[in-house]
Parts: sequence; structure tokens; C-alpha cells
Amino acid sequence: MNQTMNSATTTEPMISLSGVEKWYGAFKALDNINMSVAKGEKIVLCGPSGSGKSTLIRCINHLEVYQKGDIHVGGIMLGHGSKTIDAVRREVGMVFQQFNLFPHLTVLQNCMLAPMRSLGLDKAQAEDRARTLLERVKIAEQAEKYPAQLSGGQQQRVDIARALCMRPKAMLFDEPTSALDPEMVKEVLDTMIALAEEGMTMICVTHEMGFARQVADRVIFMASGAIVEEAPPAEFFSNPKHERTRKFLGEILGRH
Amino acid sequence: MGREEFLFLLAGLKWTVALSVVAFICGSIAGLIVALARTSGIFIVERLTAGYIAVFQGTPLLMQLFVVYYGLALIGIQMDAWAAVSVGLTLHASAFLGEIWRGSIEAVPRGQTEAAKALSLGYVSRMKDVVLPQAIRISLPATIGFLVQLIKGTSLASIVGFTELTRAGNIISNQIFQPLTVFGVVGALYFLMCCPLTIYGAHLERKFLTASR
Repeated sequence: MNQTMNSATTTEPMISLSGVEKWYGAFKALDNINMSVAKGEKIVLCGPSGSGKSTLIRCINHLEVYQKGDIHVGGIMLGHGSKTIDAVRREVGMVFQQFNLFPHLTVLQNCMLAPMRSLGLDKAQAEDRARTLLERVKIAEQAEKYPAQLSGGQQQRVDIARALCMRPKAMLFDEPTSALDPEMVKEVLDTMIALAEEGMTMICVTHEMGFARQVADRVIFMASGAIVEEAPPAEFFSNPKHERTRKFLGEILGRH
Repeated sequence: MGREEFLFLLAGLKWTVALSVVAFICGSIAGLIVALARTSGIFIVERLTAGYIAVFQGTPLLMQLFVVYYGLALIGIQMDAWAAVSVGLTLHASAFLGEIWRGSIEAVPRGQTEAAKALSLGYVSRMKDVVLPQAIRISLPATIGFLVQLIKGTSLASIVGFTELTRAGNIISNQIFQPLTVFGVVGALYFLMCCPLTIYGAHLERKFLTASR
């Protein structure tokens, strides 16, 4: 993935977090998070459940409120007012564990809604864009169906296409394969790999270590709301520095 | 009971239908506002609408109609019986429908709102395009159930002298001294309005049950 590193021509990172902290009451969910993601960079976030990795990426598009620190996305400083929040959300797409497709709309309508409502595209433009992207995730022939008529893997690919219809500068993946039956994981990962190869900036919360090895520029390991360790995948898997990382890798790789 | 009397009952029925339709339409519009206020996330607005709902759920409809009919006259707003009961039933319906729809809005999975937010949809689009279409489906059986209650509730309008179906029955009964026959017919007319709605509600419930599987 070295060629994508070179494509980061601007010095300004695509996404940066500095000193981000979040509490749920007395519980500290995120502890002094500092991280910077360059344009075109692919990050895999992993860690035990409850370590704050989902919370972290949900802060980036302000689905979660954080109490301290700064987040910048594509040059926009994320404030707590609706104006910058909307601006940031137009720049980053998110793919959910449970897909969260709109069940009362067809696949095509799911993809057309946001470009029409928040980018102001007209119907023909939105449909054109939606069909192109459904084609790209190889699901164009299902455009007129409703989400409930699709398999989990197909729904997740539609979710990816729906996010891409906003032409985001970066994509956040929140455990995109965790809710899928095993035989459907591959088709979703293949879609994500293709996206990575096109140079998309990606932050993926996932336990798919094969994907991390193949695609990630850096793997970030979190535990108890803090970043414990980060390294390029080769180094991360062969030579983890921290005891907690070793224990986690032992558990997760031991299962496969 | 002759043809004349029956036609008089039908004239009353016409007003029952008119009253139900007006109360349901105006009550739906006001009820939507109540439901949106109740789920707005703004503390003071939510408390105020919760109080509004509590008042109408905690007092008899008959008393509400009295308060509107006599109360508004007392503060100088003169309304005929038709307008007064329409206002009274609209307020009543807005509180009940508001509460039914609040529950339905909250029953739409949170992930739907999150997905809409992540796609940078604003509040209006989030509600209009994503949440409400799903909430309406969830609420349909309860909404139809309430509509049936509302139709029967219009009979209370007779108490302030508005000649709808029940009061028409009363008048005829006093003229021809056959209360059992007259109110039998009146009851049958209510049944003919309400029963198809109940059946339709049950049908929708089954339909959405199978659709959600």
C-alpha cells in the first residue's frame, strides 16, 4: 500500500483527533485519544469489546458527543453546532454493523435519499449516481428490491454504496462484517478491499485480521478507551510490543 | 318506526360522521405536533406536552366538552355547539394520537436515526423521509383503534345540544315511545361505522406482522 501513502500530497491530515476524551457519567469511554489519518490512508482499529473503538469512530461524525479535545475532518473543525456537524457528515460516510438500511425504501431509494436531500441533486442525477455505485458494489440488479429481500452480505454492500453516494472523502466502518453469516463476510471484505485500492481514506473497526494484513497501512490497538499501540500490520502482528496486544492477538488469532 | 324517523336518524348520522372526520383530521395534525414536541429532546417542551397529554388522558371526554363549550363562552369566545364540540374533540384526539405516535416514533430503531444523521440528513428529512413513514406503520393498529373510540365518543356531543346520531335517536325515541327499537337502530348504525374499521385494523396488524418478518 505504499503507493497510497505517496498520494497523501497535502500535509494536512484527512482526519485528526487530539486529546479527545469522553465519559459516560463516571466511566471514561475514551482517554486522551490522539490520532492522525492521512489522505488515502487505511487504518484498522481493533481491541477487545468495550475498548472504545466504535465510540471513537462514532465521535468522528458526531454520532457520539465527546467532552474534551478537538477533531478535524477534511480541514473542518468539528464543533458541537449543527453547521459544522452537517459539513463533516457530508465528508465522511459510515457503514454500520447492523446496516441500518431504511426498510420502507427500495435499495435505489436508499441510495438516492441523502444526495437529493442534503447535496441538492435532482432525481435523475441522484438515480444516475446511485446506479453507478450499486454497479460498483456489484448489486445493480437488486436496485428495485427492498432491504428485507436481500441477504445480509447484499444489505451491507448496499450500505456501502449508500454511503458512497455522498462522494465522501473518508469512510468509517463500524464492525461491518460482525453481523454477517460467515459465508457472506468475503463479499463485503472484497468490496472494502476494492474501495481501499481506489485510494479511499478508511478507518475500519474490525476483527478481520486477514483484511488488516492485506489492506491496512496501520493497525491501532485500543484497550480501556485508550490507544495502546499502533504499527504497520507486518510489525503489529509479528512483533507486538505490549502485553495486552499480545494477549488480544493470542485470543483472536487462536480462534482461527 | 317509519321512514321519516329513519331519515331523521340518518341526518344525525351525517353529523356524527362529519364530527368524527373533522376531529380526526384536525386531531391528527395537532397530534403530530404533540408527538414531535414530545420527542423533540428539548426538556421544557417535552415536559409541557407530557402535561398536556396527562390532562386529556386523565379527565373524562364529557368534562372536556363541557369545559370547551361553557368555558370558552365564559371568556367571551362565542361558539355554536358544532364548533365547540369540534374543538373539544380535536384537543382530545390530539392528546391521544400524540401519545400513540410518540410511542411509535420511539419504537423505530435508533440505528435508523443514526444512519440518517450519518448521511447528514437534517431534522425535517430525518423525520419526514425516515422515521415517520416507519412510525406510521407501527402505529396504524392503535391509531385505528383510537379512531373507533373517537367515533363513539362523538355521542357525548349530544350533551351540549348538538344533534348527532345519539341525540337524534333520543328525539325520535321521545316522539314515538319505542326506545328499544330506536336505540337498536342507532346502535346498529354505530356498529356499521366502527366494525369495518376494527376489522381493517386487525387486517393491517396481520399484514405488518408478516411484512416485518
